[in-house]
Amino acid sequence: MSEEEFQLIEADAHPLDGYLREGRIPHIFCPACSLGSVTNILIEAIKEAEFDRKKISVVSGIGCTGRIAGYLNFDSFHTTHGRAIPFAIGLSVTDPERKVIVISGDGDLFAIGGNHFIHAARRNADITVICVNNFNYGMTGGQAGPTTYVGQYQTTAPYGAVEEPFNLPDLAASCGAVYVARWSALDVRRMKDSFTEALLKKGFTFVEVLGSCPTTFGRRNQLAEGKKILEYFKEKSEIQHGADTKTVRIDKDSQIIVGKFVDIKDKKTLTDHLMAIQRMSKATGKKG
Amino acid sequence: MSNQDSEIPVVLTGQHYTTGNHAAAEGSIAAGCRFFGGYPITPSSEIAEHMALRLPKINGNFLQFEDEIASIAGVLGASWGGVKSMTATSGPGYSLMVENIGLGLMTETPCVIINVQRGGPSTGLPTLIGQQDIMQARWGSHGDYEIIALSPSNVQECFDLALEAFNFSEQYRLPVTLLMDEVIGHMSEKLIVPPKEELTIISRKKPTDPPDKHLPYKADDSLVPPMATAGEGYRVMVTGLTHDERGYPDLSPEAQDKAVRRINDKIRLNKDKIIKLEEYMLDDAKTALVSFGTSARAAKGAVNRARKKGIKVGLLRLITLWPFPDEKIDQLADQVDKIIIPEINYGQVTREVERAVHGKTEVKGDFRLGGAIHTPQEILKEIERN
Ligand SMILES: Cc1ncc(C[n+]2csc(CCOP(=O)(O)OP(=O)(O)O)c2C)c(N)n1
Ligand code: SF4
Ligand SMILES: [Mg+2]
Repeated sequence: MSEEEFQLIEADAHPLDGYLREGRIPHIFCPACSLGSVTNILIEAIKEAEFDRKKISVVSGIGCTGRIAGYLNFDSFHTTHGRAIPFAIGLSVTDPERKVIVISGDGDLFAIGGNHFIHAARRNADITVICVNNFNYGMTGGQAGPTTYVGQYQTTAPYGAVEEPFNLPDLAASCGAVYVARWSALDVRRMKDSFTEALLKKGFTFVEVLGSCPTTFGRRNQLAEGKKILEYFKEKSEIQHGADTKTVRIDKDSQIIVGKFVDIKDKKTLTDHLMAIQRMSKATGKKG
Repeated sequence: MSNQDSEIPVVLTGQHYTTGNHAAAEGSIAAGCRFFGGYPITPSSEIAEHMALRLPKINGNFLQFEDEIASIAGVLGASWGGVKSMTATSGPGYSLMVENIGLGLMTETPCVIINVQRGGPSTGLPTLIGQQDIMQARWGSHGDYEIIALSPSNVQECFDLALEAFNFSEQYRLPVTLLMDEVIGHMSEKLIVPPKEELTIISRKKPTDPPDKHLPYKADDSLVPPMATAGEGYRVMVTGLTHDERGYPDLSPEAQDKAVRRINDKIRLNKDKIIKLEEYMLDDAKTALVSFGTSARAAKGAVNRARKKGIKVGLLRLITLWPFPDEKIDQLADQVDKIIIPEINYGQVTREVERAVHGKTEVKGDFRLGGAIHTPQEILKEIERN
């Protein structure tokens, strides 16, 4: 392409101030999918947190949600299915001032990548993880996943899902996350506030966003048209800040508890530990 | 975390008596490695342990991950963080890494993976030698790509080739494999570490154009694009999807052709600079041994014994296993009546040699399966057999 065309694409004159890679718009998301608005909210939060833009890296795995990193005009990494978190840890420890954000789907982060999630939380790695939980595998056509609730219909659960789903906030909290919140795609303002808080906090911070996926979730579960899923979230959700995460599991037709559940202060992070090891290694006479 | 005035020496100049695993770790450090991510596995664990001890002293970081998949993903992330990075493992761990080695190849991410080979398949022979991962190093990940793999035959080479592996990875922007084996990893020998000034250290080429003009996957004639990393203002866009010069996904056959051809051709084009061989008594040889790693030591012993008996035998030692030295083998086929390949597997390099001789000479594998090394006498017998 010519230089002018390239400059046009990269020009910083968009309403979102060049926070999106304009050469990549239009995005691939379906109509009425919440991923577009989650992307906008994340940008708003990054702006609000006032980071040096150079110091932000966004990492995704694979999936519809996994495409978000690539639309953002930061250092952005679209990795392999399930491996965004360890990739992000490598980025994070190589510059303690870098803010590394992982944004990916429920299947990516909790099925194939589940082991990385629990260990990153245990280590208190300095990353913010955002999971857009749309209760299914959107990108591959609507298979069941680890957050699919009992009785939900998906292509690989044609008779209704039978396995217990993960309760993501509880999983994160019990593995040591210092910040845990959940919002539905409807809670635009509160989601943005939580993103900002999570970004500004050191250590492993986690926000679950209940996403609306009309195409591969809604269609099979009587929630197909436009805003049906959002209406469902509105009807069912209840804010309970500080709720015991054991009580926030989502079942078919259950209430959906949203809010900020965990916000722990002053816990040493992976970066703190690595710096302490550097100091110790220099202080000891240990050979090598 | 990058305080340059550390008083602890980075390059341990001087004479040492140490193991191949420790030498490989020191060679990596000398090359500039400052991030190690790994998961314990015999017979490679001493590399991780040595890095855990050494890296923090020189402002580097060691991380023991939850598995090898995380390890290689962390290594790629650290490399994009601007730090030379590596992991070390053995066959089972390498098997877990291959998908992300592919990500490293597609995104042109410099890093080093050491595979200290043990016998396989599967859990195989955890504590004993194998050389059965030659083809895995070449074709382990899916898709079309060229790879670089180096094979040391002594402790000194573990140091030298670990450093070289980093240099190649930085120069050509790809994950490079150092294919050691259990015997080389665990044997102790003399190691001489040169003064820092005498080492050649190569680091990735950096872009010189401003971020708003920069095309991260546009290469010059070298076919290797300069590499901006995270935090430098270039807003790098990295994806394992087929991408255009901007790094943006482009799923057309044309984009695939362009991108995949280039990541292959950048190695094919530079084959002559990458292929390292040792030729031992080959000048007048009528029989050639082709070997590598630990097997090449016994092969050399066999050449010495044969020469004493007046048999015209020489050794071609493959220091670079991939890219494979097709032209050299082809020339050798014109010269000798027979090529014998001592290797500790069931014919992986032998198959490559058969391919490269174009039927011009007899090719014979001398195989041990995992767990045992050849003796020079055994190889001599193979030479004397018609
Ligand atoms: C190793 C591997 N296995 C399977 C796939 C196929 N795959 C791509 S995306 C995906 C699931 C994505 O689901 P989720 O993470 O929930 O993201 P969503 O599309 O719902 O946002 C799968 C199984 C893959 N890309 N890589
Ligand atoms: S499949 Fe679902 S998650 Fe994916 S883009 Fe469409 S609506 Fe969104
Ligand atoms: Mg999903």
